[in-house]
Amino acid sequence: MGLSLSALAERKTLWPWLLLAPLTIYLALFFLVPLVEVALMSVTEPRPGLANYEKVLTGSLYRKVFLNTFGTALLVTLCCLLVGYPLAYLMSTVSKRAAMGILLLITMSFWTSFLVRTYAWMVLLGNNGPVVWLMQTLGIAEPPPLLFTRFSSTLAMVHILAPYMIMNIYTVMQKIDPSLIRSAESMGAYGKSLFRHIYLPLTAPGIANGSVLVFVICLGFYVTPVLLGSPREQMAAGLIGNQIEQFLAFGLGSAMSIVLLVVTLVILGIYHRRFGLDKLYG
Amino acid sequence: MSAYLRLAGVNKTFGSFTALGHIDLEVEKGEFVTFLGPSGSGKTTTLMVIAGFEQATKGEITVADQSLAHLAPQERNIGIVFQNYALFPHKTAAENVYFPLQMRKVGKKEGMRKAEEMLELVGLAGFAHRLPKELSGGQQQRVALARALVFEPDLLLLDEPLGALDKNLREQMQIEIKRIQKRLGVTTIFVTHDQTEAMSMSDRIVVFSNGAIEQAAAPLDIYHRPATRFVADFIGESNLLEATITDAASGKAQSPVLGEVTCGAEGLPPLTDGQAVTLLIRPEHLKLSREPKEGRQNAQMVIETIVNYGDNAVVIGHAGDQQIRVRVPGADVVILKEGDSCHFSWTADAVFVLDK
Repeated sequence: MGLSLSALAERKTLWPWLLLAPLTIYLALFFLVPLVEVALMSVTEPRPGLANYEKVLTGSLYRKVFLNTFGTALLVTLCCLLVGYPLAYLMSTVSKRAAMGILLLITMSFWTSFLVRTYAWMVLLGNNGPVVWLMQTLGIAEPPPLLFTRFSSTLAMVHILAPYMIMNIYTVMQKIDPSLIRSAESMGAYGKSLFRHIYLPLTAPGIANGSVLVFVICLGFYVTPVLLGSPREQMAAGLIGNQIEQFLAFGLGSAMSIVLLVVTLVILGIYHRRFGLDKLYG
Repeated sequence: MSAYLRLAGVNKTFGSFTALGHIDLEVEKGEFVTFLGPSGSGKTTTLMVIAGFEQATKGEITVADQSLAHLAPQERNIGIVFQNYALFPHKTAAENVYFPLQMRKVGKKEGMRKAEEMLELVGLAGFAHRLPKELSGGQQQRVALARALVFEPDLLLLDEPLGALDKNLREQMQIEIKRIQKRLGVTTIFVTHDQTEAMSMSDRIVVFSNGAIEQAAAPLDIYHRPATRFVADFIGESNLLEATITDAASGKAQSPVLGEVTCGAEGLPPLTDGQAVTLLIRPEHLKLSREPKEGRQNAQMVIETIVNYGDNAVVIGHAGDQQIRVRVPGADVVILKEGDSCHFSWTADAVFVLDK
């Protein structure tokens, strides 16, 4: 009796690990092992040493690309916030049904692949596309180039990433107790001060969650900036791709990847200390 | 013209649903008035109309003879304590209390000083810099009260503020709220569905039912002289018995259960011969005995259940089809048994008469 009981207890403690095993093994094999390999390559290719890191951290091209990457990520995050906040607010004020309708429209773009959405922007913004045609019809003789600029890549990335922002903010707004707003009103708070002192601070966690998510995803964005962005304003992921695909500079590409990874982890670390990473997932 | 808050013919409909029929009410300055009634009776709607969060469909509300009709909630200068306290979670206790002052352009230094004074008044002297989540339910309640009072509002509205607290804390807060209200002299409306709360705190109780006021009177008047059968039933425990008036002049009535009864309670409504009425006798005015008692009116019943509360007990029995409740001192219970037949008795001044 005692034996079977302890066996049962043992099985109980083992059970969660068994359930986790497939994913853990998968991630270890296809994510951790390659990652370690990348880290190794960064200090062994073409020669052992830290020469790759020296190049990445001191070379002006690389610095420019990294600064550009962070600048773009920041800009995209800001645009997502400016677009997403009012929309999330709208969703939190309309009926549940209407909110679901808006959410459906927003998430519908998730059903189409990145690549298709990116090509769609190429068609829309191209020299023979509808936007240029509209500008010409309106009397702008020489419309500014739209495609292959910072504008087009930012626009497309905002389009792709805004849903993350909207959903994070909406989740928080939806949970705000309406009696908090009423109570602030009864104390004399009107629109502007109500927003500044009560509503904005209450939604701050959603803003932080959405911004970190968008910013971090944007740092490593590859397809969209490569296909739509200006070649003169490359982002880190694109440059890493070039190093490996065109110059076969595995060591240098790996070093850049590790730098990007470390910076991303540092940002997440700071966020975690301030807000707690667990909040990011609801 | 001495009424401070006046509701005249206030009516509120939502589509085809009438939430408030026709509310007339006058409240004196400094008075503590409780809105009492079951949920959905219109008490909270009335509160929200006064606060300005709901617009009355018809009727007028005035405070100190000024109409509130065109004032937004922000302009009404009314302090409200919500059921769930509605404290701002990102602000400390003192910042919460300072907020209404901040909205009135009171400087930070002076405002925070006032806020801390108010926190002291509600018994939270050392807690000014705690966040709401670091405070207990009772302490949050006190912060909400301080926040609703700090800007010297014309009216204080409390919407079932004690509902979330446990029994001991509730009683403590009842006394506290009453003490603070008296000290500041603020005109207060307190909404509750708890009749003991209403009884112990109020200068006057307004009983709501189905969007109308059933009765507005002092607690003991409501208890001893209820205006309607609903009030008699809702407030306290009661024995309600059908009867017909046989001799209005001497207060004689004939009841199928009790036989001939003399009605002699204070403040009886005018009676007419042959009028069908309901008699009200409170359980504590009945006495139980083996034999009929001299000098009292008697009837017989069979004991069904005895509910013991320690210091007292309620004996539930039936006389014919009629259920009878008798409250007896706790010590008397030991000689009673379920299934026993016994007499219950009362005096004429315990019998109140309600319109049928």
